[in-house]
Amino acid sequence: MSPDEIRGMAEREREHQAGRSCVLQVCTAAGCQPMQSVEIKTALEAEAKARGIGEHQCQVKSVGCLGLCGSGPLVRREPDGAMYQRVTPGDAPAILDSLGSAPPTHLFLDTRQPFFARQTRIVTANSGRIDPERLEDYLAAGGYATLARVLTEMSPQEVIGEITRSGLRGRGGGGYPTGLKWSTVAKSPGTPKTIICNADEGDPGAFMDRSVLESDPHRMIEGMLIAAYAVGASEGYIYIRAEYPLAIARLKTALRHAERHGLLGNNICGTRFNLRIELRLGAGAFVCGEETALIASIEGNRGTPRPRPPYPAERGLFGHPTLINNVETYANVPSILERGGEWFAGIGTERSKGTKVFALTGSIANTGLIEVPMGITLRDIVFEIGGGVPEGARFKAVQTGGPSGGCIPEQYLNTPVDYESLMSLGSIMGSGGMIIMDDSSSMIDVARYFMEFCMTESCGKCIPCRMGTVEMHELLGRFLNGSAAKADLDLLEDLCEMVKSTSLCGLGQSAPNPVLTTLRYFRPEYDAALAAGGR
Amino acid sequence: MAGRVLTCQIDGQDVSGLEESTILEVAREHHIRIPTLCHVPGLPEAGACRVCLVEVEGAARLLPACVTRIAEGMKVKTESERLLKYRRMTVEMLFAERNHICSVCVSNGHCDLQWLAQTLGVDHIRFPYRYPALPVDSSHARFVADHNRCVLCLRCVRVCGEIEGAHTWDVMGRGADCLVITDLAQPWGESASCTSCGKCVQVCPTGALSEKGKSAGEMAKQRRFLPYLTLMRGGNHV
Amino acid sequence: MLPKPPLPDPPSDDKRWKIVATSMRRLGNQPHALIEALHSLQQTFGFLDRPGLEYIAGTLHAPLSKVYGAATFYHHFRLKPKGRHTCIVCTGTGCYIKGANRLLDDIEKKHGVKPDQTSADGEISLLTARCFGACGLAPVVVLDEEVLARVTSDDVERKLAEVRGNVPR
Repeated sequence: MSPDEIRGMAEREREHQAGRSCVLQVCTAAGCQPMQSVEIKTALEAEAKARGIGEHQCQVKSVGCLGLCGSGPLVRREPDGAMYQRVTPGDAPAILDSLGSAPPTHLFLDTRQPFFARQTRIVTANSGRIDPERLEDYLAAGGYATLARVLTEMSPQEVIGEITRSGLRGRGGGGYPTGLKWSTVAKSPGTPKTIICNADEGDPGAFMDRSVLESDPHRMIEGMLIAAYAVGASEGYIYIRAEYPLAIARLKTALRHAERHGLLGNNICGTRFNLRIELRLGAGAFVCGEETALIASIEGNRGTPRPRPPYPAERGLFGHPTLINNVETYANVPSILERGGEWFAGIGTERSKGTKVFALTGSIANTGLIEVPMGITLRDIVFEIGGGVPEGARFKAVQTGGPSGGCIPEQYLNTPVDYESLMSLGSIMGSGGMIIMDDSSSMIDVARYFMEFCMTESCGKCIPCRMGTVEMHELLGRFLNGSAAKADLDLLEDLCEMVKSTSLCGLGQSAPNPVLTTLRYFRPEYDAALAAGGR
Repeated sequence: MAGRVLTCQIDGQDVSGLEESTILEVAREHHIRIPTLCHVPGLPEAGACRVCLVEVEGAARLLPACVTRIAEGMKVKTESERLLKYRRMTVEMLFAERNHICSVCVSNGHCDLQWLAQTLGVDHIRFPYRYPALPVDSSHARFVADHNRCVLCLRCVRVCGEIEGAHTWDVMGRGADCLVITDLAQPWGESASCTSCGKCVQVCPTGALSEKGKSAGEMAKQRRFLPYLTLMRGGNHV
Repeated sequence: MLPKPPLPDPPSDDKRWKIVATSMRRLGNQPHALIEALHSLQQTFGFLDRPGLEYIAGTLHAPLSKVYGAATFYHHFRLKPKGRHTCIVCTGTGCYIKGANRLLDDIEKKHGVKPDQTSADGEISLLTARCFGACGLAPVVVLDEEVLARVTSDDVERKLAEVRGNVPR
């Protein structure tokens, strides 16, 4: 498609949409789908038809995640944005009855509550608004217009400059400056260059990337296209978890549509820029989130990491210079290029720019997906947006960063959420899982849960991770069954330090974090376990 | 092709080495001893055993000497209290992981793991032993594989794949459940790809792979052939 | 360069081998097609059997030990056939906090299966998953593709009793 064709198609779709007086958006992402949301959509369509309401008047539309998964299945209506919660197929008549007025009380979901009001949506701007399986919807929302402009009006160096100015940092966990990464790959000699999207979201309790791919796959693809243009890549791969069948299906559809309309392949937008993107399925190995392990897996090997350097930017997939970013990082790119690096840098804190998507789960009133500006406090996330822990329980800790992160207690809730602050607390930003625990959770048990995870996910290549995780798991078990002695506590602390310092890759290096933070903030629990065992 | 010569400091001693040399190579040229386990001259590096970790001034992390290239002005420490502590823990973990009973082992007295333990002064193991139930495979006509003594250094896998070109050995499973295997994890004697060349046995650091008919302490390994063989076969891992 | 050895014949004349062959041919029968080939084999036949692994190794000119090493590295791949029904309990953090382990214990008590095992009568395979990414529905159990949200042990038991002896959908 040429830039003019993109504009034309978007224009036509917008006119088409403007003609409708009402749209009912039904979430069919993986959070609501198991709760019969597809049946709800069918019921709404049937009801509308029975009432003689045509599609041009009221359209029932399948959309991605509307955010508040815990109150699902959710339905949203345009143009006023009112929302219905805990909908069942049987509610279809009630919903259609209420079209001109407020939703009935038992279905009404207040969209003025902080959960919605305090979000800043960049990555999730189209989530729950557009039909993820229609290219036209994405185009009408302004999609691919930025790509067309970038390809025809900007040099690769200018694109990298804009990303650098934005201050965007990798959203997969490490927080490496994206602009720097891109310019390294761009400067690396060797062709063809390769671009990879890491969609192997492995942290248990995290589902940001799944949601983006299920709700707005083209945004990620557009981000990849812009990145590929900037670094000079012509081969692309998306490495996605096999456990996400719906995300895979929607991504496949999106790739097919993009190819058919000349947004992927040769001479994209009528320019000399070419990019092919292939989908590769992960097979259930957390360690493949590590760049070199991910590359090994795409190359058809056991997903074990190798020592760096050489970094993938110099020698990556099949020995070619390779850029790897995760889904959320790419999904930020179109907006940055559309509105400028300055605009993005205006959101967030001094060193952490933009927004971050978090998945709120555990003991919290509002379970779901949120996008908030960097620098917001943990307290605001947990108690304002998240609505606090459910009645009858007391907040104990919030866990960020998954198995590589740590448990943060109440006294640090006023900490702003940015890469450095979380690290100074012994945790990490991570990919965005946020699990809230109440006083019914034993912190030693939580530490052991994560250690068990690391133990079974350790690839086994280096001994500190392979055996260190086993030994730490064993020692934590002694604290739980009352057989721990003081010597075990000393050994546990020694082990944490040793595994952190000597492991080959990030999995091992960060595996002790959940133990270290619980030792730091919840030491009385360990002491009590020692006392109870009488040692 | 001669590269640039770089100068750096190892343990306070001024040393020099060719650009592209590793810290380990330069240290050995200058008779500075850095302990290793998975490293064998002539094989591609795995960087897996973490025994050769050293401190490099200005580096945020400890770096494996076997794969880290020297740089002009680099300052390296190969022995510090911290490094020695970690090396000892590493060796302790290797002992706790499987069933190493030196007194009855064919490699007693010729074992890299034993030697490491001795030089590092590891005289007891603080970690809980795992005592895994592991098989001994004596199906091969000339060799024995005893998984109780394996340290997963992957020397056998690398020599078989990279030098012999048979790729009979690989690793199955993951984490602590890893096992070296031949072909589809079948008995070694039934492997169709094994050429019975015996290189895996000679490079094995412990008594995990040994020749049949040896009793305790009799299995000394011959490894001097390897760098020459690598060179003759056009490899660049010397 | 020496010519490559010829491609092996499929292990049997089962038509489904064509699906596996196609998945490998699509990537030029190159060794890097290994993971895709294993996915295809498992999707087609339900698990990775020995003749299948040998066939893949032969087609991709990959060493047997490398194929086996990869097949056993990834949790997703199974080397044994599944039971008639699969019950997957999510053990992601969200579900763990909400009692996924209790569900597993109760299933074990009632049906004598631990995770990654199949009941003696071949009816139920119990699996765990690291996270379905549907934490809003925790704890989650997936029984034969049907997602059961916010379940209790009793819910799971009722469902298992329902499917036991029935042919899966």
